[in-house]
Amino acid sequence: MDDLSTAGRHRSESGFTNVGRAPWWQRGFFASQTAYVVLAFLIITVAISFVADNFLNPENLLRTSQNFSYVGIVALGATLVIITGGIDLSVGSVMALTAVVTMIVMKWIAETALGFVSMPLALLIGLMVAGFIGLVNGLLIARLKLSPFVVTLGMLSICRGLTYVITKGRSQAPGGPSVDTFYALTNGKLFGLPIPLVYLLIGAAIMGFVLHHTAAGRHIFAIGGNERAAALTGVAVERVKIGVYVACSMTAGLAGILMSGWLGAAQANLATGYELTIIAAAVIGGANLAGGSGGPVGAIIGAALIEVIRNGLVLAGADSYWQTAIIGMIIIFAAIVDRLRSLRAA
Amino acid sequence: MTLLRLRGIGKEFGAIRALAEIDLTVAAGEVVGLMGDNGAGKSTLVKIIAGNFPPSHGTMIFDDQPVHFSRPIDARSVGIEVVYQDLALADNLTAAANVFLGRELKRRLGPVTVLDHAAMNRRAAALFQELKSETRADDLVRQMSGGQRQAVAIARTRLKEAKLVLMDEPTAAISVRQVAEVLDLIRRLRDAGIAVILISHRMPDVFTVCDRVVVLRRGSKVADKPIQSSSPEEVTALITGAKEAA
Repeated sequence: MDDLSTAGRHRSESGFTNVGRAPWWQRGFFASQTAYVVLAFLIITVAISFVADNFLNPENLLRTSQNFSYVGIVALGATLVIITGGIDLSVGSVMALTAVVTMIVMKWIAETALGFVSMPLALLIGLMVAGFIGLVNGLLIARLKLSPFVVTLGMLSICRGLTYVITKGRSQAPGGPSVDTFYALTNGKLFGLPIPLVYLLIGAAIMGFVLHHTAAGRHIFAIGGNERAAALTGVAVERVKIGVYVACSMTAGLAGILMSGWLGAAQANLATGYELTIIAAAVIGGANLAGGSGGPVGAIIGAALIEVIRNGLVLAGADSYWQTAIIGMIIIFAAIVDRLRSLRAA
Repeated sequence: MTLLRLRGIGKEFGAIRALAEIDLTVAAGEVVGLMGDNGAGKSTLVKIIAGNFPPSHGTMIFDDQPVHFSRPIDARSVGIEVVYQDLALADNLTAAANVFLGRELKRRLGPVTVLDHAAMNRRAAALFQELKSETRADDLVRQMSGGQRQAVAIARTRLKEAKLVLMDEPTAAISVRQVAEVLDLIRRLRDAGIAVILISHRMPDVFTVCDRVVVLRRGSKVADKPIQSSSPEEVTALITGAKEAA
């Protein structure tokens, strides 16, 4: 326990003679990468508000929060996968495939006798398609022990290809009798907040609860920490892993549907390249690619940070192409900070 | 009373014979030292009893019932607990979370079942106190010393009333004082009627706590005798092959 002696040991209430305890700001949430990133986020936000006058305008803040909600929602799912030590590269393509399938099915059902439920049925089928893709990913990774990187890289290509095959490259607009309800559900406002942000916050709350207060959540962390130990102690490793890939794909499906409501249509090239932004958001927020750490707050902050920087650059009149380069620098910087922290704790 | 009886247990990995025709009995409350050089088959035998993999042939009787384990959880459900050599701990979780991993305490909260953090922390703290280990239930295992990690792994075996505890090199990586504590713990398990199979390289440990010593050499059992009628010199000779059998 040398780390504790240097961190300011103090005699504990329980009467342990030689086991100190780190002070509160050096353990728990306050010592996590997520906490550092929240701090960085606040500093950057303040800095940008000085450079760009319009940044703190409520209109702009709401628009910004809608923009990062899509990436944020998928980053929640991606974080689950990353905590188990896996990766899902197929999320961008799953967004597009789900969106396109939902639009086509909605128009198709609208012309049948079931037309009056075309929208809920299409949403259900779309999310089931997304869940099925996650199930295939999960089975290949957990049961056949294939590398997550390879499986989901293949799935990225399969889903994007299918999207172009189905649409022949044409954009698909929602249709049928309940198209207005569809727009209200995907692009409306609730209590003055953009509705994608509401979904993001609800999703994050559910994820936080599952991760920290259910056995499934504990097993997700255990698999990321030591998969062999989890298996030896009786954790259903395969089932948990399959579950996180299904959940991840379904967040991608939901975000894809929401995005097509925002854009007014689903295009075959929807969310191309998003997988990198999504994984970057999760990693900046403190999800460790080696597995074992991460959470919903990190996913949201990561997504928000990326969008705030993009928005700030635009408002400040800078070349917005700088965004990509700056995101890359932040990812590496976050990794360096994380390394320095673990060196100090070791 | 015989608790565990192995008859003709053997294991082949492809063309390699790791274990050949092992017969072994362990009585309730008996402490058996399992010794042998690296590659003698100790770990293979332990893994068969613990349910990590099934034997290629032979039969296993536990508590008068024939048993066939295909997963560790099968062995645990009949009362066999294992302390693995690498301790099988998840560093990113707390001590209590590790103790209860795979069998978390839960409570109902309206329509959902949630983890009972308070009960697990309390129970784990009581176990650590019983083990005389200064280990905090809500500290992360990553920050713990070797002895504390050992305590976490051993606390696991105390959750349910185990009948047989397998310990794979429990004293290999801990301090002198902690070795004494682990040996004390083994005695307390024995006094509670729990059988222990202790795999160890350390001759003093085996001769301090074991009732019987079993020596494996190149996959076969070469000795199985009460500790009083053996000596460290004889066991060393058996392990190395200087003495054929005893």
